[in-house]
Amino acid sequence: MSLPLALDVASAKPAGKRPYFMEQEVERVLGIAMAAVQELAVARQRMDTLERILEAKGVMTRDEINAFRPDADQAAERGLWMQEYLVRVLRNVQQEGEAIKADARGDIRSEEVAAELSEDA
Amino acid sequence: MTASPSIANAGPAQTYDGPPDYQAVGRHAVFPETDHDEVARLNFLAQMNRHLSTRVMPFVKTAWEQRVEPNLVKTSGQPKSRHDVRKALTADPMFQTWSALRRLTMEQRQQAGRWTAVRQAESLAAKVRDLTEGDPRLQLNPDLPIPRYVSAVDHHCMPGSYHSELFEGDVSVAASYDHGIFATTGGMLGRYLDGGGQAVAAWMKKTHPDFQPRRILDIGCTLGHNIVPIAQAFPEAEVIAIDVGAPMLRYGLARAKSLGVENITFVQADGSDLSRWADGHFDWVQTTMFLHELSYASMKAIFAESHRVLAPDGFVLHVEQPQYTPDMSLFEQAMRDWDCFYNNEPFWSTLHEIDLDGWLVEAGFARDRLLHVGVTAVVDRELFPDAADDDSEDFGRKAAWHVIGARK
Repeated sequence: MSLPLALDVASAKPAGKRPYFMEQEVERVLGIAMAAVQELAVARQRMDTLERILEAKGVMTRDEINAFRPDADQAAERGLWMQEYLVRVLRNVQQEGEAIKADARGDIRSEEVAAELSEDA
Repeated sequence: MTASPSIANAGPAQTYDGPPDYQAVGRHAVFPETDHDEVARLNFLAQMNRHLSTRVMPFVKTAWEQRVEPNLVKTSGQPKSRHDVRKALTADPMFQTWSALRRLTMEQRQQAGRWTAVRQAESLAAKVRDLTEGDPRLQLNPDLPIPRYVSAVDHHCMPGSYHSELFEGDVSVAASYDHGIFATTGGMLGRYLDGGGQAVAAWMKKTHPDFQPRRILDIGCTLGHNIVPIAQAFPEAEVIAIDVGAPMLRYGLARAKSLGVENITFVQADGSDLSRWADGHFDWVQTTMFLHELSYASMKAIFAESHRVLAPDGFVLHVEQPQYTPDMSLFEQAMRDWDCFYNNEPFWSTLHEIDLDGWLVEAGFARDRLLHVGVTAVVDRELFPDAADDDSEDFGRKAAWHVIGARK
């Protein structure tokens, strides 16, 4: 199998120094965002394929997707999933918020604790 | 079967304006397999390029007209060259955004294509070996030096360029190039990427119906997609296709054979030294989208060698993007220069300002025998967009070319 090889070299840099049009940090984040945008499109296309195959097989119609209304339990499960998802995606925002109070309480760096623990030795 | 209401001639396909679905591409025996998500990725990237050229790039022109140019004129006076324009544009946020997205889209295209090609590199190499082993129409020369203009930077950000191999017999750079170029051209090269070659062959048949070339040379053939349609149009001709990259040539022969094309021999050689062929050996010397990847020195040598190996009344034809001319605005020249500075096409800018007519004359061609022809890719219009009908402009990437050449 060539998969390990593909993992190593698929994202290889082409020869030639890369130009940057913005701050490198900004462009790095943009690059990751555009790759995620691409993969969302891929996932959306896959879902569309699935729906059309199911429809062609007579399993369902796509109109049923639009007409779908979750019952109370389903709605709760779906709402919970969305909450879990957002907590995961926006983890760093939450942590930056928690840091405001933690800093006020005197949050300390691990390396400072390391120094402190070494002093005791 | 569809559950949507279907009224004849009123479906979404009737009003759709954009790249065709990737599944329309032609598949030959050594074309890489693509799974659902790999296809979706290439579809996305083709749409992304289309979006950038039709919906974002126009804002760069607006920014130029509304703020960059007035500012430049106020502070430094009228721009004197396309380089003044480009330097001013690089400070503008709209140009930066468009450029960053255009560069990233190319990098994502290379990543997508390389993933698909490398994950099946061993089976592709085996298929190519089965089709080409012992075939005298594949003539490799492992000692051929790779020219600096190929090795210094990887053209159009294609890791490994045309010549590198991950293992002996590897063809993954060719397979990536072949199946992924759809993302950059949005299908405008046609089902087998042969729209350019078809256009050249059609022009030759129409304007010189009695011309019967015995031997044709294609320099810088890569995977043979431009020469295959010419070989098909002139099945009696003996065609030699040369390139410095062995993976391209191996893949090219396997690809041509699987498409039923038997009259092309693929030879690993550098166009600046055609000494293995005698004076007047060929009736037709062809290059397609090749000159912009050269250097001054190599191009001079290739022009001189092309003249030498051509028989009297033979044709040399170079298919390229149009030259920069005094009547082309400096803004358009600067935009067309983008690939040189930001897409690893280092000779692109220089080439397009060269007096090619003068160079051909210097190589030995008579000035009154020079040729200039405009062509657009010939495609299956049922499935593929025709560049002749497309009024969008993706400076330097559209399948509308200029043919410059001469008759000896």
